Amino acid sequence: MNITMNHGAGGRVMHDFIQKSVVGHLGNDLLTRMDDAAVLDLPAGSRLALTTDSYVVHPLFFPGGDIGRLAVCGTVNDLSTAGADPLYLTLAFILEEGFPLADLDRILASIAATAREAGVRIVTGDTKVVERGKGDGIFINTAGVGAIPAGVDLSTHNARPGDVILVSGPMGNHEVALFAVREKLPFSTSIESDATPLNHLVQRLLATTPEIRAIKDPTRGGVASALWEICEHSGVAVTVDEESLPVDKEVRGVCELVGFDPLYLANEGKLVVVCGPEAEGPLLEVMGPGAARIATVYRGPAALTMETAIGGRRRLSMLESVQLPRIC
Amino acid sequence: MHSATLKEKVSLLSMALATEARRPLTFMEVCGTHTMAIARHGIKSLLPENVSIVSGPGCPVCVTSAGDIERAISLGDTPGVIVATFGDMIKVPGEERTLGSAANVKVIYSPLDALELARSTPDKQVVLLGIGFETTAPLMAAAILQAHREGLSNFTVLSMHKVVPPALQLLLSDPTSRLSGFILPGHVSAITGRIYYDFLKDSRVSSVVAGFEPLDIMESLYLLVKACMAGDSRPINNYPRIVREEGNPKAMGTMFQVFEPCDASWRGIGTIPASGLAIRSEYKDFDAVRRFDLAEREVPEPAGCLCGAILMGKALPDQCRHFGKTCTPSFPVGPCMVSTEGTCAAWFKYNL
Ligand code: SF4
Repeated sequence: MNITMNHGAGGRVMHDFIQKSVVGHLGNDLLTRMDDAAVLDLPAGSRLALTTDSYVVHPLFFPGGDIGRLAVCGTVNDLSTAGADPLYLTLAFILEEGFPLADLDRILASIAATAREAGVRIVTGDTKVVERGKGDGIFINTAGVGAIPAGVDLSTHNARPGDVILVSGPMGNHEVALFAVREKLPFSTSIESDATPLNHLVQRLLATTPEIRAIKDPTRGGVASALWEICEHSGVAVTVDEESLPVDKEVRGVCELVGFDPLYLANEGKLVVVCGPEAEGPLLEVMGPGAARIATVYRGPAALTMETAIGGRRRLSMLESVQLPRIC
Repeated sequence: MHSATLKEKVSLLSMALATEARRPLTFMEVCGTHTMAIARHGIKSLLPENVSIVSGPGCPVCVTSAGDIERAISLGDTPGVIVATFGDMIKVPGEERTLGSAANVKVIYSPLDALELARSTPDKQVVLLGIGFETTAPLMAAAILQAHREGLSNFTVLSMHKVVPPALQLLLSDPTSRLSGFILPGHVSAITGRIYYDFLKDSRVSSVVAGFEPLDIMESLYLLVKACMAGDSRPINNYPRIVREEGNPKAMGTMFQVFEPCDASWRGIGTIPASGLAIRSEYKDFDAVRRFDLAEREVPEPAGCLCGAILMGKALPDQCRHFGKTCTPSFPVGPCMVSTEGTCAAWFKYNL
């Protein structure tokens, strides 16, 4: 069975589809009410964080995840980097006529499982169907609301000289996993996307120390772009220690082969954390194996420099354009 | 006993180099992979002030003339033709547009992909763009020989290949040049062998064949400084684990079985005699120039672009008024910014 125009038409087919498939997977006290707007309770005294993102990934299913898992993780993680505890998500589909219902079901199941993992509820949604040829199977948008507890103030404007910068685990797995399936690399890899909701980790980090200045999730543009943002927003110089950069062996292998730099590759389950120097040890311990201190913050002007593994120094620039495989 | 770490070894070489270099020395590398390795490892920051490295005409995409790009674009717009090319080429500007904007262009990773494309689309003409130096030319030659064996009638190569020695000779013949030495390309030399460069023996410069690991490069620079100080111009092979004296005669044989030397136009530099590789008449059926009757094209360089001077080691990227302003890797004006191995791109990305 495939999606037809009727699935978005507002009539019986759509009603049944939402009841059976969507509510079936995602049902909770708020969603099941089926009101036009969800009415939300928020913890007293907290500030609100709000974010939205659209997901257009290809292929839809990839090692380590799928578009549904990504749609939950991406929004949950954006909220988490503000120090917010993600509570509610919205979910909107744009489906192309002819999209297999079985695939949609699989995606919904994955959304449900990931939302459970993150402890967020999907409270309202929307489904639109466009004619065949007018979409690419499925697009998903999610928006999310989270509560920032009193006293938490994270911002990329907060980095100060003397701070250190940590990354919570190896870089580049998500983008390389997708690249490997999309380009049908002539060898098989066991590289999986790292797509993971990071809210629990963020809460544990925040509970460890008050010395966290900023948290970023290094998605598109990778860790390098996150570091750039910190430099520019805080007006500080950041020096990256090349030797300390965590990269899985297989990911490094693919990068060397096709000319990618792991620092610029998208992650979907990693954090970049700026903190005071005393917080380094305790935070790395919470993050677990694979985490590392990768950079140190110095007085400005804003500049991003790499100290290379051989002791040389060079500039680390912002991602300019899509990374292309090198030619020889 | 404590064995020295990479950092310690490099630091020792860096100090030794500073001690040996008793006068200003300018070295040129002529290989895009060296450009990138030197920039990426921050090697220039480890050299004493009086030793500098400039990039020469070693990036295959950068030296491809705008006229050749225009020929490729016109093929890409010809109905029934698929142009197969390595990825970096599609962003290089010709006169007004890039190859990527042409109708039928397919990015490939190896010449064999283009053969496969020809086999699987017998109703189309597949034209493989042959760019690169002595490293890639034998691969293209092998693809042509394979097509010849199979009798493929819809496969041709547009050869824009170049060879290294005539460019080095041109650089040396310039009386204003202050070059003291060449860092010779490791990959190219694996094919050509060290003796290929013996013509440099009688020149005023020293030279060394170098690998691409940071230690290879630092060591080679040290050897180069020593040779310069001793006035020794015999080309040194400091990459013997890959490069043999006589190189890979089989690959060279394949290359010259299919190709013969011809004059070639280098972007920003002009025509250098006998610096290109044309397909021999025995294999004319696989020559895109003959199959499609392609005329030579003269295309002016973008106004203000200094790529020509940069490729000759006579200007640095930040002397160009476009650099970092109207010319960036996202919106390149000249070829040196387009290729990831281009001097301007490396400078933009890595230079402090
Ligand atoms: S910066 Fe751009 S325009 Fe200037 S020389 Fe380099 S490639 Fe040419």
